[in-house]
Amino acid sequence: MTNHYCDLKNADVILIMGSNAAEHHPIAFKWILRAKEKGATIIHVDPRYTRTSARCDFHVPLRSGTDIAFLGGMINYILENNKYFKDYVLNYTNASFIVGSDFSFNDGLFSGYDAKKRKYDKATWVLEKDGSGIPKRDMTLTNPRSVFQMLKKHYSRYTLDKVSSITGVSKENLLKVYEIYAATGVPDKAGTECYALGWTHHTTGSQNIRTMSIVQLLLGNMGIAGGGINALRGEPNVQGSTDHCILYGNLPGYLKMLSASLESLDHYLEKYTPVSKDPQSANYYSNYPKFFVSFLKSLWDDKSTKENQFGYNWLPKMDDGKHYSTMHMFDAMYEGKVKGYFCIGADTAVSTPNSNKVRKAMENLDWLVGENIFNNETYEFWRGPGVDPAKIKTECFLLPAAATMEKEGSQSNSGRWVQWKYKAAEAPGDALPVGEIEIKIMAEIKKLYEKEGGPNAEAIVNLKWDYLDSKGHFDVMKVAKRINGVFLEDTVIEDKAKGTKTEFKKGQLVPGFGNLQLDGKTACGNWCISGSYTADGINKMASRGKEDPTGLGLFPNWAFAWPVNRRILYNRASCDMNGKPYNPKRKLLEWTGEKWVGDVPDGPWPPQADKEKGKYPFIMQKDGLGALFGPGMAEGPFPEHYEPLEGPLTKNPLSGQLMNPAAEIFKSDMDKVANASEKFPYVCTTYSCTEHWCTGALTRWQAWLLEMQPELYVEIGDKLAKEKGIKNGERIKVSSIRGEAPCIAMVTKRFKPFMVEGKEVHQVGMPFNYGWLFPKDSTSDSTNILTPTVGDANTFCPEYKAFMVNVEKL
Amino acid sequence: MKNQPELVKLIDTTLCTACRGCQVACKQWNELPGLKTKQLGTYQNPPDLQWNTWTLIRFQEYEDKDGNFQWIFRKDGCMHCTDAACVKVCPSGSLYYTPMKTVGIHHDKCIGCKECVAACPFHIPKHDAKTDKVYKCDLCYSRIKESHVPACVKSCPTGALTIGDKDAMIKKAYARVKELGGDANVYGDKFVNGTHVIYVLQFKPEVYDELPVNPTVPASVTLWKDLLKPLSLLGAGGVLGGAFFHYMIHGPKVPDDQNGGQDSANAEGGK
Repeated sequence: MTNHYCDLKNADVILIMGSNAAEHHPIAFKWILRAKEKGATIIHVDPRYTRTSARCDFHVPLRSGTDIAFLGGMINYILENNKYFKDYVLNYTNASFIVGSDFSFNDGLFSGYDAKKRKYDKATWVLEKDGSGIPKRDMTLTNPRSVFQMLKKHYSRYTLDKVSSITGVSKENLLKVYEIYAATGVPDKAGTECYALGWTHHTTGSQNIRTMSIVQLLLGNMGIAGGGINALRGEPNVQGSTDHCILYGNLPGYLKMLSASLESLDHYLEKYTPVSKDPQSANYYSNYPKFFVSFLKSLWDDKSTKENQFGYNWLPKMDDGKHYSTMHMFDAMYEGKVKGYFCIGADTAVSTPNSNKVRKAMENLDWLVGENIFNNETYEFWRGPGVDPAKIKTECFLLPAAATMEKEGSQSNSGRWVQWKYKAAEAPGDALPVGEIEIKIMAEIKKLYEKEGGPNAEAIVNLKWDYLDSKGHFDVMKVAKRINGVFLEDTVIEDKAKGTKTEFKKGQLVPGFGNLQLDGKTACGNWCISGSYTADGINKMASRGKEDPTGLGLFPNWAFAWPVNRRILYNRASCDMNGKPYNPKRKLLEWTGEKWVGDVPDGPWPPQADKEKGKYPFIMQKDGLGALFGPGMAEGPFPEHYEPLEGPLTKNPLSGQLMNPAAEIFKSDMDKVANASEKFPYVCTTYSCTEHWCTGALTRWQAWLLEMQPELYVEIGDKLAKEKGIKNGERIKVSSIRGEAPCIAMVTKRFKPFMVEGKEVHQVGMPFNYGWLFPKDSTSDSTNILTPTVGDANTFCPEYKAFMVNVEKL
Repeated sequence: MKNQPELVKLIDTTLCTACRGCQVACKQWNELPGLKTKQLGTYQNPPDLQWNTWTLIRFQEYEDKDGNFQWIFRKDGCMHCTDAACVKVCPSGSLYYTPMKTVGIHHDKCIGCKECVAACPFHIPKHDAKTDKVYKCDLCYSRIKESHVPACVKSCPTGALTIGDKDAMIKKAYARVKELGGDANVYGDKFVNGTHVIYVLQFKPEVYDELPVNPTVPASVTLWKDLLKPLSLLGAGGVLGGAFFHYMIHGPKVPDDQNGGQDSANAEGGK
């Protein structure tokens, strides 16, 4: 979240799109209801009417996978009707920048596309610079090559008729949402967006979010109380695990994973350290090398030195152009290239798309290690449906893990609040916290490497993992301190601006990431979290102050929000160029002439009207301004609508490009696709339900929860059910080209057919909370038997939300 | 137990997200088991209140005559009537009024006569054939007597469930209804001398599944309480009298639970 949960109450309009907030964030939903109580309009855009829709002002059904078309239409509406926040757009976004003359867009493709590689060469996706390397700007926004005019042109194609025909949303409903939401493009109104997996689980997932970012920048909704773009993340620490690099392309704190062509530390740092010549751009990522070197020091401490590039070459490197998502991992496993698999706290045989392929892939494993609080379908794959245990050679281990309430540590909520929690009970039997299991396994591996050597042995032998206490147990405090960062030598830090010198002692915790050093004098496990543990030993994550000085619900003394306890990101954009709040009624921040007062500002510099010392508000952007033109994306600087891998159409109504041209296509014999097929005529989407959590691997053991949602069902509109002669509560079969899932029909008025390109398109939906292993007499299996192996072109987050199926009576 | 306020629990259906935290919290506090169920084509599960389910979220797909759709959620459970038919008919003293004017239940005293099951205008008490006893919500008497809110209220994330002093809660309910406008109404304060669970309803009461529009204490119950019960107590004692009364009205006791097990429930359920 750019903002945080409590801040949702400050919004005037909340667009819930790509999320079923009431069902999946039932506690957080109260903040949305508080906004509603205060008069905010709550809009739910979703293929299905859900428990969220029931509590919103109104629900707008939209065909799965057409969010960019819907939002592209909103951008068009905002620009055509001059609903954008002019002062904000002009000064705080790159609207006035000039797009390079070689950049083009034609029939769904941007310049630089390589059809064979399904990849873009981004060389032409650039902004023009003047002689001194500063981006050129046209403050009249009339230059046809300005980002503003290019944006306008791009989305002029997203007319009401076109968008309605793609999305299946009536023109009346489109206009209703556009008008209400665009009305927040004024200084004293705030609109926010809540999304979740309904946006990320698409081949265009990242661009769904980018499109909304553009909307929010145009309306001046970024950086303000009650605004922003808010990813509602999963309850169990999804934010924390992402911050600590659960994704293959990241290192902790969103530092970039290494690739093979970056042979030296210098190469690496040069590639990932952005340079700006504009004196008003803070370009905060120019500090990247300090964060990265301090991270290397956190791994190897005194063994990482300037001479050995701080151990840079001990880190694993990805092959250039290759990806390593779970889908890639199982693809490689299916090809027999992966021999061992640690599956920790997951049930991938249920949760990964195309589960039949995943389960088949696991048969190629020599060994499998599970760590979990319960057994699940992944650990038992060797005796799953249709598998002959006698033919499986995989050696399987299951290590009992402590549950979340059986261990101390931090959990981060979606609002980036790192909150300390305490152990409530001892773990049963031999169960250990996963951290302790990992450290103990690594200690044994280290011994083996010390004895026998092996490839890249130094990386393992030199690893500084002294995280056990005197009794040999995992010491979370030691880890927390290392994550915060520590001085490894006596260090004097000079602040030239203030003319001060501060001395830090070896072993002292660093006050924040501003103190991290390039020369190896500091170690920091995750620069984002730095400042969470103070030098005088106060664990800020455990702080529970309820003070609310701004009245906006920032609660600055409750836990620690990264970065530097900032509660709302880009908050300097809530003020005009002189630092006066755009909306004095929701004063998030104000420049007094000497300093900022309110939330922790995005840097101490004066507001941007001060041409000498002032800085632009978007300090993590190289150019310091909100990016309407975003060249970092895999499929283009302006989001474009593409159909899902499997959909009801043979042609994209907007261009000659049917699906995302940059999305990778998996080609194994089990990766079958059936687009616009008569055999599989219905759009299907998958989701969770309130009563179960994810694969149900934890909740299916719980009788009270199972009693409420006992088995797999498919929600099917009453019109389609009538056509197919399917009765409510009847056992039926849902199938895709990849497999079948028997389930119970839940006939409902909450799914309505869509009119798409003049044709009636039905959509059905299924939860993914079930598996074959338990309850003991389970007649269900994973819904992911149906889903395709395909994902977002940037993140490889799988497409769970739009694919094609058939529904049949048994 | 002196100075206990008269309590009212307010269920604001317009704030309920049907997360069913209350349904689970009730079972947790009251140590009720989760039983085997089937998916019957609805989120509502178990399909009705039953001996192990003292509160239930009812899911109902409602379309008005103009085609406006609303998925209605209503938390069902004991209304804790001031003139409680169940207390009136209970021959064993199992059902009783607590000092907070809610209706408590002593399971050890229950003889399984099911008079309360027949008498309740809201169809709340449920009989369990195995233990031959009747069960229902007691508004977490074990909690409220120690000044804790009931488990369901404690678990509610949105503020749909609140509890407090009767007058204050009724006032709150009417203020909310005024704010909501339209057909919104307060349900519960006007009949059986006022219930201790009241609703803020978005629609008129007749829209809701299983919600009586004019709940009353059955005439036979009034007859029993005012005439026959005092006589029987003079005679063979309440327990025998109750059994006798039951026999006279309903004939021999039927062993099977008519309302509990899911297998016998309407497969269409409520949605």
